[in-house]
Amino acid sequence: MIQVNKLSKIYNETTVLNINNLEIPRGQSFGLVGNNGAGKTTFFSLLLDLIQPSTGNITSNNIQVNTSEKWKSFTGSFLDESFLIGYLTPEEYFYFIGDLRHQNKADIDSLLAQHEEFFNGEILNNKKYLRDLSKGNQKKVGIIATLIGNPEVVILDEPFANLDPTTVSRLKKIIKDLADNPNVTVLVSSHDLQHTVEVCDRIVALNKGEIVKDIQTSEETLQELELFFAV
Amino acid sequence: MIKKFIYLEWKTFTRSASFGANVAMKILIGFLMVYFSLIFIGMGVGAFYVLRKMNLEPLSTINKFLIYYFLLDLVIRLLMQAIPVLNIKPLLILPFKKPTIVHFSLGKTALSFFNWVHALFFIPFSIVLVLEGYDTAEITFWLLAAFSLIYINNFLNIILSNIDKLFVVFIALILALAAAQYYKVFDITTFTAPVFQGFYETKGLFLIPILVLAGLYVFTFRYFKNNLFLDAGLSKKEDIATTENLSWLNQFGTLGTFLKNDIKLIKRNKRSKTTIVMSIFFLFYGFIFFGNTHQPEVMHIFAGIFVSGGFLFVFGQFVPSWDSSYYQLMMTQNIPYRGYITSKWWLIVIATFISTIIASFYLFYGWEIYLTIVVGAIYNIGVNSHLVLLGGAFTKTPIDLSSAGGAFGDKKAFNVSAMLLTLPKLLLPLGLYAIGLYLGNKTIGLALVAGAGILGFIFKDKVFSLIEKRYKIEKYNTISAYKQKN
Repeated sequence: MIQVNKLSKIYNETTVLNINNLEIPRGQSFGLVGNNGAGKTTFFSLLLDLIQPSTGNITSNNIQVNTSEKWKSFTGSFLDESFLIGYLTPEEYFYFIGDLRHQNKADIDSLLAQHEEFFNGEILNNKKYLRDLSKGNQKKVGIIATLIGNPEVVILDEPFANLDPTTVSRLKKIIKDLADNPNVTVLVSSHDLQHTVEVCDRIVALNKGEIVKDIQTSEETLQELELFFAV
Repeated sequence: MIKKFIYLEWKTFTRSASFGANVAMKILIGFLMVYFSLIFIGMGVGAFYVLRKMNLEPLSTINKFLIYYFLLDLVIRLLMQAIPVLNIKPLLILPFKKPTIVHFSLGKTALSFFNWVHALFFIPFSIVLVLEGYDTAEITFWLLAAFSLIYINNFLNIILSNIDKLFVVFIALILALAAAQYYKVFDITTFTAPVFQGFYETKGLFLIPILVLAGLYVFTFRYFKNNLFLDAGLSKKEDIATTENLSWLNQFGTLGTFLKNDIKLIKRNKRSKTTIVMSIFFLFYGFIFFGNTHQPEVMHIFAGIFVSGGFLFVFGQFVPSWDSSYYQLMMTQNIPYRGYITSKWWLIVIATFISTIIASFYLFYGWEIYLTIVVGAIYNIGVNSHLVLLGGAFTKTPIDLSSAGGAFGDKKAFNVSAMLLTLPKLLLPLGLYAIGLYLGNKTIGLALVAGAGILGFIFKDKVFSLIEKRYKIEKYNTISAYKQKN
């Protein structure tokens, strides 16, 4: 589904990302782990054509992301709060994204109903604009918005950060359900090794922009990763 | 401890966005400040002689109107003077004593422009009074009283600023008082003038405002100190949100989706609301030119462009920066650039149209004047709307929607490419009109300008493709610029 070819990103002669070859097949749930500055967000930004690669390219479903915009119709993503429109209510935001993804109001309402538990009664009908929600609640809105319009690729940057323990376990279930769908490719990045191991079939560890580990998840994966990141 | 505060203040000053602006802008701001200072000083010195020439006693005449002066000052403060909260939150957990924090933030307001600008009027005026033989001591008392009143306003503003829309009440009060005085129903100055005069004539009366000021300071101090908690005085004000569907816009498809969003954008953010107020001011711009025989006739078209173009200039100029805080979202959604630009274009067109209709009060100057405005509107829709959108591709200043400041010309938005695009907005119609006047008469001039507008309208699709291409080229630069907030 996603193919990375000789990709690199260089800022002022510092290489922040350098991936020679990486292939993510359709339906895989892909976890990206690494310390701060390892290049996780840079990789996702390149995948979403928010920054330009210094060399190489990424194709998503055989569409090269920095030359064509067709990938936008099947990709859902949430990197940070700058993906939210602060002056809208959560409902308005969902309908807005829905309009852009050609979903009608009923589609959105049914999606929201499905995730009522995840919202924990703190999101809908709360008479608050998104800018006034807490960080965690903003994140909930952003994550659910990526699911609008049945995307084939879902990209979440640090989805577990800022969430309460109950919401984290509910989110894990949502991601697992997505991963079970053979048509949906999920990409998740995180600092939290345990959460990532739990929801992903495959884990790639980045360090200073290079791939240092690429493992299919098994019983031993967590231990292996913890050992790797221990000083 | 105060030294540490001053250090922090100095850093906020030197590292503020406006200080970092380019030299040309600094010179311009400096020039404006000197200009206004001179006007005030000139008023202070001149007032005495002008009033005496009119056979009025200067001091008592000024005293008569001081009540309006101070009320108006309060309104202006409520509208514009921000309470300097000095970045208090990080200080709370550091070893600073709470009273010190409050004293310092209150003391800081005393140095505000809104206070010392009055000194530029009152001090020269007082000096002139003394030179003209008024009693030095008594004038000093009068001056002290006036300054106490100015500072009373300063602290009133701090206390009252939490109450929304209070300035409307004061404006209404001023209008009511002024109207009552004008129609000789009730004259407030008969009550207040003796008081102000008393500061000069009656010994010791000036102590009253000073005492009031001291009391008010203590009150403000206590109020702030008791509210120095995250969930009290330092809490962010949250608006009660209402979900609006605006479903009547659905019939316009994608365009409707964007229009819905833009309407909410304008309604729910301080910064964009200020824009609307600004564009209303533009409506009255024509009064400077029409019916003013000092202005050359060719300048009429200038006014024509401005009257209907207020929204275009103050809102359109900052497309796509209005969406800067969520630009990354827009870039990853299934959004055709054309739909996005078209919706902004329609917004500008609708606003221009409405402005033109409201501007029909210019018909009092005759239909020729109104025709100029209509022609200006045609040019705005046909040519200028495209130019502002094109200019937007080069404007890479993120907009903080929640702050009201900088609605007119954000300092950082001042860049060469945007400047160059401003020229055709004004000079081209001016040139066309001048040619028309030179060739024959006004009608030819107006026809030429309107023709340019219609031509622009005909080639709209072509121009839009060009704009779209520009936006795509600038995409990465724009994204990275919008990420750098402040």
